Amino acid sequence: MSFSQNREPITIEDGFKLIDAAVTKLTRIIEGKPEPPFLPEEYIGNYTIVYNMCIQKPPHDSSGPLYEKYGAILQAYDKLTILPSIMEKHDEYMLREVSRWWEINKIMVRWLSHFFYYLDRYYIARNGIPSLTVVGMTCFRDHVYEKVHFNVKQVVIALIHKEREGQQIDRALLKNVLDLFVQNGMGNMERYEKDFEDFFLTETNSYYSRKASSWIQEDSCPEYMIKAEESLKKEKERVSHYLHSDTEPKLVANVQTNLLVLVAKQLLEKENSGCSALLRDDKTDDLSRMYRLYHAIPEGLEPVAVAFRLHVTAEGNSLIKQAEDAATSGIVEEQVLVRKIIDLHDKYMAYVTDCFQNHTLFHKSLKEAFEIFCNKKVAGSSSAEMLATFCDNLFKKAANDKSNDDSTIESTIDNVVKLLDYISDKDLFAEFYRKKLARRLLFGKFSDDHERSILTKLKGQFGGQFTSKMEGMVTDMQLGKDQQTGFEEYLKNANTGKPKGIDFTVTVLTTGFWPSYKTSDLNLPLEMVNCIESFKAHYEIKTNHRRLMWIYSLGNCNLTARFDAKPIELIVSTYQAAVLCAFNHTERLTYQELIDQLNLSHEDLVRVLHSLSCAKYKFLKKEPASKTISKTDSFEFNSKFTDKMRRIKVPLPPVDDRKKVVEDVDKDRRYAIDASLVRIMKSRKVLPHQQLVSECVEQLSRMFKPDIKMIKKRIEDLITRDYLERDTENPNTFKYVA
Amino acid sequence: MRRSSAASKKKSDSITSSTTDLFRSGPSKATSKEMDRIDHLFNQYANTSSNLIDPEGIEELCSNLEVPHTDIRILMLAWKMKAEKQGYFTQEEWRRGLKALRADTLSKLKKALPELEKEVRRQSNFADFYAYAFRYCLTEEKQKSIDIETICQLLDIVMGSTFRAQVDYFVEYLKIQNDYKVINMDQWMGFDRFCNEISFPEMTEYNPELAWPLVLDSFVEWISEKQA
Repeated sequence: MSFSQNREPITIEDGFKLIDAAVTKLTRIIEGKPEPPFLPEEYIGNYTIVYNMCIQKPPHDSSGPLYEKYGAILQAYDKLTILPSIMEKHDEYMLREVSRWWEINKIMVRWLSHFFYYLDRYYIARNGIPSLTVVGMTCFRDHVYEKVHFNVKQVVIALIHKEREGQQIDRALLKNVLDLFVQNGMGNMERYEKDFEDFFLTETNSYYSRKASSWIQEDSCPEYMIKAEESLKKEKERVSHYLHSDTEPKLVANVQTNLLVLVAKQLLEKENSGCSALLRDDKTDDLSRMYRLYHAIPEGLEPVAVAFRLHVTAEGNSLIKQAEDAATSGIVEEQVLVRKIIDLHDKYMAYVTDCFQNHTLFHKSLKEAFEIFCNKKVAGSSSAEMLATFCDNLFKKAANDKSNDDSTIESTIDNVVKLLDYISDKDLFAEFYRKKLARRLLFGKFSDDHERSILTKLKGQFGGQFTSKMEGMVTDMQLGKDQQTGFEEYLKNANTGKPKGIDFTVTVLTTGFWPSYKTSDLNLPLEMVNCIESFKAHYEIKTNHRRLMWIYSLGNCNLTARFDAKPIELIVSTYQAAVLCAFNHTERLTYQELIDQLNLSHEDLVRVLHSLSCAKYKFLKKEPASKTISKTDSFEFNSKFTDKMRRIKVPLPPVDDRKKVVEDVDKDRRYAIDASLVRIMKSRKVLPHQQLVSECVEQLSRMFKPDIKMIKKRIEDLITRDYLERDTENPNTFKYVA
Repeated sequence: MRRSSAASKKKSDSITSSTTDLFRSGPSKATSKEMDRIDHLFNQYANTSSNLIDPEGIEELCSNLEVPHTDIRILMLAWKMKAEKQGYFTQEEWRRGLKALRADTLSKLKKALPELEKEVRRQSNFADFYAYAFRYCLTEEKQKSIDIETICQLLDIVMGSTFRAQVDYFVEYLKIQNDYKVINMDQWMGFDRFCNEISFPEMTEYNPELAWPLVLDSFVEWISEKQA
């Protein structure tokens, strides 16, 4: 076609003939058939035909027909050439055909658009109709894609299945084919999603559902998790190899649901290999894997956290039961139990920090588990009491045996503070601790450092109010030393009152810090009376307006008893000393005479006499020589007594005051509840019942868990005492009475 | 002691001045005749030395009205009078009550009783009457609670006819339990609410987490255990 200045308009018939010829040549080229390429003149010539036909004056301006022709060419090509070729083939061969013809079509559209380009510039723009490229793509979509996508999809999915089962497939081919789906959406992902992805996901769903069912039966939990992890990895790779990236989140969710979520309960509870077993057997790798897998799923960690909590609770409960069973005659071995609980805590906290990446859900599970079994009673002892006894023994041992290095003591103290956090009756612990602290401070050695250390830690965790009394007690002991020095100075200088040959030490306790003790009107031996008097005199000089209350029940005394064989030093309590000294003046005394002389209560005297005449060391002879003290007994100094030791300590067994401690704490709780209720109502003025109760519980929860019934009772009491009143309109609401 | 001294104080004022004080606003002739009859009736039952109607007088009044003296209607009468002390009516209280009932003779008073009962049982008045019944039994100064036995009797009188079942069960419970030796006003009012709001014996609406007095929580628990 040579370019000539032809004034003759090109008819449609002629023009189309020329175009058809060009198209034929084009198709031969792009189909790879032997055909010389277009020369530049030919290329320009094709463009010019269209150009001329468009700019010709009417009635020969053929833009419209040319536009139609363009569409017709492509349609014919699609229908008559492309589609039949594809339909001939099957399976992977068909995919290849599709891929090939897709590429060819793209080139065809491109070239043809170049020829017809002039239409794009004016005719199409002016009329707002689809561009040549769009027409081309739409044509392919309508006449080829629509007809073949179903079968293509079937083949693709079959190939993917093959790959899942371990065989190699042509990934590049799949990538091209799936790209075709995307492109045929012409701007959105609808075709890809509806014609491929939906089916793919359904197929994936049933595939992994089947796998899950069979694996869960055959495999142990760790094995299963490894397979699951592997599957997820492979599917993600699949996306990068040939799926569209949009598919990834849906695919991952699908696999996770089937492999991990739906079977979670079965998997985690697998006997001998599930969560419980892994925790028991220190399988940190498997547990970390479990965390990784479930962490990726929204709310996926919850069943794992639940399994964790149940396991820890079961472990804790079995420790409690062991201790309960081992407790013979109601005495529980709290040293063993508390140590075991501490170890349990360390073990499972390690899991939380390592395998479970310090996730709050697991911290919470651990806390909940411990709160369940740490509040159980063992053989009648509450956990609060046991923990206090544990500390008592720990410190007593540490004070006597300096070989224990401080760091183990410190870490044990840390553990105690952690455990206390789980115990709801913290105020009960405080009270038991205080009672035992008093005994430690007054009778025997104590380490000031250790005592202060635990108090500092408790204060940090639970606030100053928790430890203020105990700190006061320890401080008293410190001040006591200085006071004693002052007293001894006084004795030296005063020249009065140092009773003959008696060394005397006084410890002054601040009332309020120390537990309350009964006083007694014990009649002391004269020598002791002199000591008391001299201290009183000294103290009155030093201080003003302070009253001293003497607690003889807490004192102790070193006596030398001159037995026939040899003198022996006896370390006894003041009460015991008073009884023994009574025999300095008389050989023989009856029970009644002792009571009259000493003015002790019956209970106290019986206890003392028992320890001196019926126990291991019989310093007194009892008549009759029965095992118990009766009011008709009489006693004599047992001069025949001897022992290989030169010093004997005779402890008075302490009175069991567990009941009293519980009563005291109950009383304090009532006051605390009252105070809390009044405080809340004072600031809120009007409050419905349930809110009042819950706020009260919240306020007090740091120290103890208040009984709802007790709160109700206190509210009623406050109503009777005119602190609160019920709202007349709404009986469920209370008002503060100013 | 306070009561009688007040009464004697009134006595020292001339009677006519106090009556005219009370009724200056109303039509004079008819009401003063009424008042005289009321006073006359008062004097029939009053103890002359104390100028109060005392328990003996009340008993006589009751037998004349043909009403048992533990009947609720006497309590209602006391309420109408706003009588302060149990077992005694002062002249002022007597006047107040009978004037309000427009009863200046014994027969009129008798006839007025059913009407009075209807009035009291009206929802709007009953709670007031119920609270009054409790206060009426507080005999000592500063007394805030009533012992169980008296409460049981009072419940029977005040609520027996309307809530027989609840009263019977509650009385039984109060007698066997050990937590409470007395009942206070709040608990007393709670029982009225209970009878009105909670179906019996199903008690499905009862929720111990609400602000019901604890004694009722225990009562409901006790019944549930019995029913089980």
